[in-house]
Amino acid sequence: MKLLEIDALRVEAERQGGRSALVDHISLHLAPGEVLGLIGESGAGKSTIGLATLGFARPGTRITHGRILFRGVDLLRMPAAELRRLRGNRIAYMAQSAAAAFNPALRLGRQITHGPVRRGLMPLAEARAEMVSLFQRLRLPNPERFGQRYPHEASGGQLQRAMAAMALIARPELLVLDEPTTALDVTTQIDFLTIVSELIEERRLSALYITHDLALVAQLASRIIVLRAGKVEEEGATEGVLLRPKSPYARMLVAARQSALTSATAVPAQAPLLEARGISASYRQGVAVVDDVSLSLQQGEILAVIGESGSGKSSLARVILGLLPQRSGEIVYAGAPLPALHRRTRQVLRQIQFVHQQPDLALNPRQRVKDIIGRPLDVFFGNLGRQRAHRIDTLLETVGLPTSYSTRYPTKLSGGEKQRVCIARALAAEPALLICDEVTSSLDTLLAKDILSLLKRLRTERSLACIVITHDFGVVRALADTVAVMHRGKVVERGPAQAVLDSPQHAYTRQLLAAAPEMRLHWLRDRRLATAAASPAARSDSNPVAKGVSHAHLA
Amino acid sequence: MALVLVKRLAQGCMTLLLVSGFVFAATNLLPGDVAAALLGEHATPEALAAIRRSLGLNQPALYRYWIWLTHFVSGDLGTSLANGQPIGAIVAIRFYNTLFLAAVTAAVSVPISILLGALAAAHRGRWLDRMVSGATLVLVSVPEFFLGYLLIMLLSRYLAVFPSMAQIPPDASLTQHLFAIGLPVLTLALGVMAYLVRMVRAAIVEVMSASYIEMALLQGASEHEIVLRHALPNVIGPLINIIVFNLAYLVVGVIIVEVIFVYPGIGQLMADAVAARDVTTAQACALIFAVTYVGLNITADLVATLTNPRLRVRAA
Amino acid sequence: MLLRSVSWAGTVSLGVIVTYIVLAIFAPVLAPHGEAEVVGGAWISPDMQHWLGTDGLGRDMLSRVMYGGRRTMSIALAVTVAAFLLGTLLGLSAAIGRSWLDTVLSRTVDGIMALPSLIVALLVLSVLGSSIPGLIGVLAVLDATRFFRLSRAIGQDIMSRDYVEVARLRGESIRWLITREVLPNATSVLATEFAIRFCAAVLQVSALAFLGLGVQPPSADWGSMVNENAIAINFGIAAPLFPAAAIAGVTVSLNVLVTALSDTSRFARV
Repeated sequence: MKLLEIDALRVEAERQGGRSALVDHISLHLAPGEVLGLIGESGAGKSTIGLATLGFARPGTRITHGRILFRGVDLLRMPAAELRRLRGNRIAYMAQSAAAAFNPALRLGRQITHGPVRRGLMPLAEARAEMVSLFQRLRLPNPERFGQRYPHEASGGQLQRAMAAMALIARPELLVLDEPTTALDVTTQIDFLTIVSELIEERRLSALYITHDLALVAQLASRIIVLRAGKVEEEGATEGVLLRPKSPYARMLVAARQSALTSATAVPAQAPLLEARGISASYRQGVAVVDDVSLSLQQGEILAVIGESGSGKSSLARVILGLLPQRSGEIVYAGAPLPALHRRTRQVLRQIQFVHQQPDLALNPRQRVKDIIGRPLDVFFGNLGRQRAHRIDTLLETVGLPTSYSTRYPTKLSGGEKQRVCIARALAAEPALLICDEVTSSLDTLLAKDILSLLKRLRTERSLACIVITHDFGVVRALADTVAVMHRGKVVERGPAQAVLDSPQHAYTRQLLAAAPEMRLHWLRDRRLATAAASPAARSDSNPVAKGVSHAHLA
Repeated sequence: MALVLVKRLAQGCMTLLLVSGFVFAATNLLPGDVAAALLGEHATPEALAAIRRSLGLNQPALYRYWIWLTHFVSGDLGTSLANGQPIGAIVAIRFYNTLFLAAVTAAVSVPISILLGALAAAHRGRWLDRMVSGATLVLVSVPEFFLGYLLIMLLSRYLAVFPSMAQIPPDASLTQHLFAIGLPVLTLALGVMAYLVRMVRAAIVEVMSASYIEMALLQGASEHEIVLRHALPNVIGPLINIIVFNLAYLVVGVIIVEVIFVYPGIGQLMADAVAARDVTTAQACALIFAVTYVGLNITADLVATLTNPRLRVRAA
Repeated sequence: MLLRSVSWAGTVSLGVIVTYIVLAIFAPVLAPHGEAEVVGGAWISPDMQHWLGTDGLGRDMLSRVMYGGRRTMSIALAVTVAAFLLGTLLGLSAAIGRSWLDTVLSRTVDGIMALPSLIVALLVLSVLGSSIPGLIGVLAVLDATRFFRLSRAIGQDIMSRDYVEVARLRGESIRWLITREVLPNATSVLATEFAIRFCAAVLQVSALAFLGLGVQPPSADWGSMVNENAIAINFGIAAPLFPAAAIAGVTVSLNVLVTALSDTSRFARV
């Protein structure tokens, strides 16, 4: 018998002006011991399905149709008390953000052991012992005493693992994982997934794994369902969906994730456009966020600066822009030293432009698109008269937006469209250097791919030099000529993109590359075997550098 | 944690000191000083100078402040300009009366407000909540004297339930006292409850919308468990904070109510003193009010710090 | 565009407020009798000739309520405008300027706000005496603290937004930043606060007048009118309720309107 069977589920949201379907007659099934991956972009309805599996609908939404059969019994028609007994007990849920899942007023241990004890599953002593053994397995520091902490005393990665302990302690049959690694860094993510996949295998759990990342889902799930706008686009064995996607949407998703490195355009050797030597900077006399960084950039070159959070990559960008004063070192732009922001000439201000990570916050909601794009034209090129409107239209076309958008306000634009307006605004100044800070991180995969193609095209057409700040090697592969890897404020490796990706020299670069999930089946398994084979002792302590990173989170 | 508390307490004391300084400055460093107030507009310059010398007004301000403050703290509140009597004695009785009124009001308002606020939060968006929101909005907006005189009209004239003037005979029993202040309490309580209910509702709604509540539901917690185990510990701190903060608001509302009902409290005393330009009495009353108000706000702040779970640390 | 989506409560209160404004501005024309004109016996009950009856000195209550509204509301308006200008100017300076300025201003404001405003006003007026400029001055300074805190918070919030950073990277001047980036995004919040503070000012001015400070007889003013006629309540005469109700009318309507508008805009933005 199937463990879980969802039959024609329909969930509606009550919005202004009627209702809309979040999930539109979805059916799926899960056998005991099977892991099913639910993949889709934001708004696809995957989280809604995950919650519905526990018979739950968020306030403002309603389950209007369908059956959810757990071991043959319909959850939606069960008496409330019985449903409560199932939850947290035989079906467990792991949320996206662990920090928000724990009550700040109670100790972690109490929150974890409370469920099984209250249900009479096991006495308190046994629950505590089980919890400690789970903590050990999940590699939390000081497993004996970790439970005594309050949530604010643990880092994000630790809380995520504590949430895993809370889900697994009652030995559930079905586990729903709702984007559990989205909030984590790449290296922390890989640790977490490794342990969770081991536990799932050992305990023969069934799991519903919800994510937007195809590469991740490929590692854990034996079957994949691709969702889009509340409907199923494709369904099948993992290998089939990944290697031979049938539906156009699935094909787009797979293609977006795999990007072959384009042959880097050979940049003729000439005097560098930008050169930084020994830059160090910090916020308020604290620890140096940028530590003795040197790099150089040619005209028309795309340099990717990659690192995890806290690596200093964004701070480096701010130093170049003049927003963060440098403690030491110098930056030379077009042959002249670059002063602090308030001393830069209009010319220099014009030539270096910046695109922010979140387009929602980077556009003034009270200004129309034409005013947003037109202002740099006014500031840098003076009164253009009739030319102005024409230039604005051209810029909109360049970024792929219809010219009718010029009278719109930002609130009427989608996320991808807003980011394009930001890029158009930057281009209006006709810069020589464009600095992009994680410009695709807040966008869905397909939209991100479009933006990256746009940037590549601009580089070729306008000989525009770019510094692209990112944490994603996929972006490096798609765009970069050269790459600089940053860790804790220092540049640990620098060189042509192809060379660094193919044969990384520095240990951290290797680790970072290894942690980035590949669109390859069994990548995780191979990795686990490789680490196990490398040294048995290393298994319990496999990532000394990653540990350093997660400790940094604590601080 | 203890360190944070001590720091807040020290800050509080600083504030109190500053407040006393401000009260002193307000009356003593403004144009139109005490002497002019005493002698009126037609005083000759010589008479003014003489009065100033006798009142010690020609001494440096800081010195006068120090004398005034030390006297105050040791119980000597100065002499009334209106009738030459020591202020201390009369202030004591009046202050007691006002505290009594405030205490009874608080005892009535707080439990009802918590109940109403919780009910409104539990039935958020439905008719009970809307009614409560509407009623409190109106009550928050109206002036106290409107409420006061309306209540006198209804409950004292049409329905002779309470006396319209809250006179307290010197040897009144507790019940007599309580009965006499029926209308003032009602007037004050309606005003305070309007604020309290709104704030309680907001605090509860905020806690109930937190993500960990959803997580608890997904863990199979019952409503009962959610309210008692998850919501309560997180809402107690804000609730106490709100209550204490609104008690401070009572301090201001009391003056008007005492005047409306001719209640012999410190508010009435201050109003009379101000009308008669009895600066010393007004000053003494102002300081008492200010210290009470500031003291309550500091307490609210301390409670908020104490109950903030993020400041808790596990035992080593 | 916005008005169409306001609830019925909002529309009614808007109507009430407009009526008040019209009556206040055109009081000299619309009032049936003069402000200090004696038209009959004391405390006549409301009838066809005198819609709200007469007060203790035989003056027409309706006319005095209209003139009183004119006076009370204009004083409250003066207070609110002065407080708005003072508070917003200082608040924005604190948000945008040097940190020492911010510290000094914020500490001062914290100090002033630590005291109950009615007490401070009473104290200051006990020394200054009942002068209208003095009244406006004290209340304006006290209310300015609210505008200070609000504009400072808004200023800091908006100045830290990415689109302001983009403008700074263009080399835009402080003046441009404030007028084109900050203020357009702050207007609705500031306008709401202005309305709320105006209500508070009406209540404060009336309370002080009720206690004998501020407007002096025979000038009509809602607060002092309540005081003058208070004695009548003991005889079952509703005289003090009329000016009191007039105050309640404007403050309740404004609060309802503000609440109705802010609820609507919450929807419109989403």
